[in-house]
Amino acid sequence: MPNAAPTLRLEGVTKSFGPVAALRSGTLVVQPGSIHALVGENGAGKSTLVKVVGGVHRRDAGVVELDGEPVDFAGPAEAKAAGVAVIHQEPASFPDLTVTENIFLGREPLGRFRRIDRRAMRDKASGLFRNLGVDLDPDRPAEGLSIADQQIVEIAKAISLDARLLVMDEPTAALSAVEVRRLFTVARGLRDAGKAVVFISHRLDEVADLCDTVTVMRDGAHVSTDAVADVTPDELVRRMVGRDVAELYPKVASTPGEVVLRVEGLESTGTFHDVSFEVRAGEIVGLAGLVGAGRSEIARAVFGVDRYDAGRVTVGGRPLRPGDPAAAIAAGLALVPEDRRLQGLVTESSVVRNVSSVARKRLARLGILLPDAEARLARDWSGRLAVKAGALDALATTMSGGNQQKVVLAKWLATGPKVLMVDEPTRGIDVGTKAEVHRLLSTLAAEGLAVLMISSELPEVLGMADRVLVVREGRIATELSRAEATPEAVMRAATPGASRSDSRTEGAA
Amino acid sequence: MRTHARPWWQRALLTREMLTVLILVVAWIVAASVVQGFDGPLTITYLVLDVAPVLLIALPMTLIIATGEIDLSVASVVGLSSVTFGLLYQAGLGLWSATLVSVLIGAVCGAVNGALVAYGGLPSLAVTIGSLALYRGLAVGLLGTTAVTGFPEAWTDGATENLGESPYPVITLGLIALAAVFAVLLHATPFGRNVLDIGRSKEAARFSGVDVKRTLLILFVLSGAVSALAGVYYTLRYGSARGDNATGMELQVVAAVLLGGVSIFGGRGAIHGVVAGVLLIGVLGSALRLESVTVNVINIVIGTALVVSVVAPRIAGGLRVRRRAAAGQRT
Ligand SMILES: Nc1ncnc2c1ncn2[C@@H]1O[C@H](COP(=O)(O)OP(=O)(O)OP(=O)(O)O)[C@@H](O)[C@H]1O
Ligand SMILES: [Mg+2]
Repeated sequence: MPNAAPTLRLEGVTKSFGPVAALRSGTLVVQPGSIHALVGENGAGKSTLVKVVGGVHRRDAGVVELDGEPVDFAGPAEAKAAGVAVIHQEPASFPDLTVTENIFLGREPLGRFRRIDRRAMRDKASGLFRNLGVDLDPDRPAEGLSIADQQIVEIAKAISLDARLLVMDEPTAALSAVEVRRLFTVARGLRDAGKAVVFISHRLDEVADLCDTVTVMRDGAHVSTDAVADVTPDELVRRMVGRDVAELYPKVASTPGEVVLRVEGLESTGTFHDVSFEVRAGEIVGLAGLVGAGRSEIARAVFGVDRYDAGRVTVGGRPLRPGDPAAAIAAGLALVPEDRRLQGLVTESSVVRNVSSVARKRLARLGILLPDAEARLARDWSGRLAVKAGALDALATTMSGGNQQKVVLAKWLATGPKVLMVDEPTRGIDVGTKAEVHRLLSTLAAEGLAVLMISSELPEVLGMADRVLVVREGRIATELSRAEATPEAVMRAATPGASRSDSRTEGAA
Repeated sequence: MRTHARPWWQRALLTREMLTVLILVVAWIVAASVVQGFDGPLTITYLVLDVAPVLLIALPMTLIIATGEIDLSVASVVGLSSVTFGLLYQAGLGLWSATLVSVLIGAVCGAVNGALVAYGGLPSLAVTIGSLALYRGLAVGLLGTTAVTGFPEAWTDGATENLGESPYPVITLGLIALAAVFAVLLHATPFGRNVLDIGRSKEAARFSGVDVKRTLLILFVLSGAVSALAGVYYTLRYGSARGDNATGMELQVVAAVLLGGVSIFGGRGAIHGVVAGVLLIGVLGSALRLESVTVNVINIVIGTALVVSVVAPRIAGGLRVRRRAAAGQRT
């Protein structure tokens, strides 16, 4: 049999960064024509394993084979040439190039006289986007793309490689149900064509929906590999975190108090229009909608990092100066932004510096910062959010994606805000900690915090929110009470009318 | 979780700054044993007097470069301030009021730079090359090729006098105090943290509520004011106010800051390293001068040291990667 060997075989692969053993014993066997899930807690070593396969990191020891042939990639280019396509957890694009150029960088189709065939390149890009069901302009520069759109570009790039092995590291973390469904269709198509697919996600329902086999990792080592049909989600969780996990979306009942945040007629030409809503103390308000509907933009404008053209924002009855994040923070606002690596964190700074970066003004005594105060604050909050890092002075850039997200949350919770706006608060956070984050948000709300929550993960919005505002094409389309907010109702409100020729509507009902 | 990955002595000693301190100590010892007359008390006196303006200007320059920007107009502000100080003296102002007005003019020069960079969104390299020419032009234009001299001896003595019987000039106290102020500002205040954050990620700093523009404006104003103060000192030290005073000093300042371990890309730097960098340049300069080496050669030596200090971390980083790759291949 020519196809006896698995497409990918890793055995006992190790990788350390100085004293940190990121991968102690990475083992993964992926058959052709299979979609293989890789799950595990934040910091379990999934991305490290992926980077070894993709040629980003060189392993310290162990076996890596492609179709039975041992390989040792010196760089991502070699991995690509060997037929390995990787969608990394943190997409990195060239901001000055267009979306199309980013996709085909280094392997542009050549036309006559060996000139780059721009038209062919552009057509291919549009085709890829059509396949993925998104209307992204192939000619726009990559700069300023939302995290979700960056993710889409990465996916398009990986798919266009036509590789024998496609590895996807949390591709769905920023996508909403509609985009996820399209991605799954594409992944199944690849599987049926005999390709091997590795899929990493913290959403176990996605694993059950898409994958046939699942491998669990913990603390840098292989725990188990099973057919998806043979294990329950609860069992998977137990193997991942080594204990039972408290219920997700623990909703603590609270009686809403005074209106804390009021937004009236907010308008930003071309982005969102006539946005009005209020959030009361003790209330969690969800902002639902498709990727690109304008949810993040609204939150950014309210917080003041973006400007708006008309309307006003009041906090606790006092008007908030537009375009002034410092004033917003002083008024008690906090924004956990969408893009943790560019906006949420100074990645070249330590955990301590990041956690204390907003609160440090308050920590100073007579204008002087005592190093102890910062460390204490950081220790306290990274403990509460179960941040896992080598030490508190480790640079944020060396942490796993989920742990970085926890640091961003810690940084804003440490400011003791009155209004907390969270944009994808649990993006990339594992199930165990997710429950903790939800409990924390619930408890804080019960204590009087006003929460505005943007999430592409519908169960999260529905599970946590007292009210759901559905944003569609930059407008607040509907407001749903907790009782009315079913997945169907939200999706119906979020999806632009069927009369519109919008490719995103397909399959969204 | 541990607060630190490494014990305190490693964190304190195994830094880029301590490397400069080490090189400074070695250079000092070598100079003292090889160069005739280097270890005399006069050497220390002249060393301090000579490096004083560079040290002063290097302090705010450290913060500016730590944000990823640069101010190349500093030496021209020294010249302009020297001229205004001279003219104000001629006009009959006292020492302190003439100094104050000169420093204010320097602050305005800095504010113009800062406004163009922070609020105009222009690259500081271009803006301050422009104002380097502009401020020098103003200085020379105001006084022509003449000089104001004949300052009262009480003023000039203040700039060069020693502390009692010691070899240290009185100004040493002022230098130490100002260096301490800047060290606290950079290393122990929220403002200093913001400066480093801006150098590492402007976007993330903005999302944390840091007023990036205002911070940059403040730094350029500080730079202008301190440069003007250095200009007043320079004038009194040599007893002569001229439009071309301190021409080219910006290069010494930038060299000292980079030698001191501040990253030209921003986000990294410490005052003690910069002080060591300034002294290192001073020691090299005076040792070579004592050996009657020409200014040209001294510039070649300092330039080489600068290039090495900027390139060395790159090479060290590259070697580490190579070693890791080799280790990977063995398995
Ligand atoms: N460059 C690095 N330097 C130091 N430590 C690192 C580096 N990269 C990863 N680590 C550490 O290795 C461990 C595993 O990280 P990895 O990113 O593989 O986790 P993960 O399973 O992908 O987690 P997540 O679900 O949060 O994405 C973490 O503890 C992380 O801090
Ligand atoms: Mg990861």
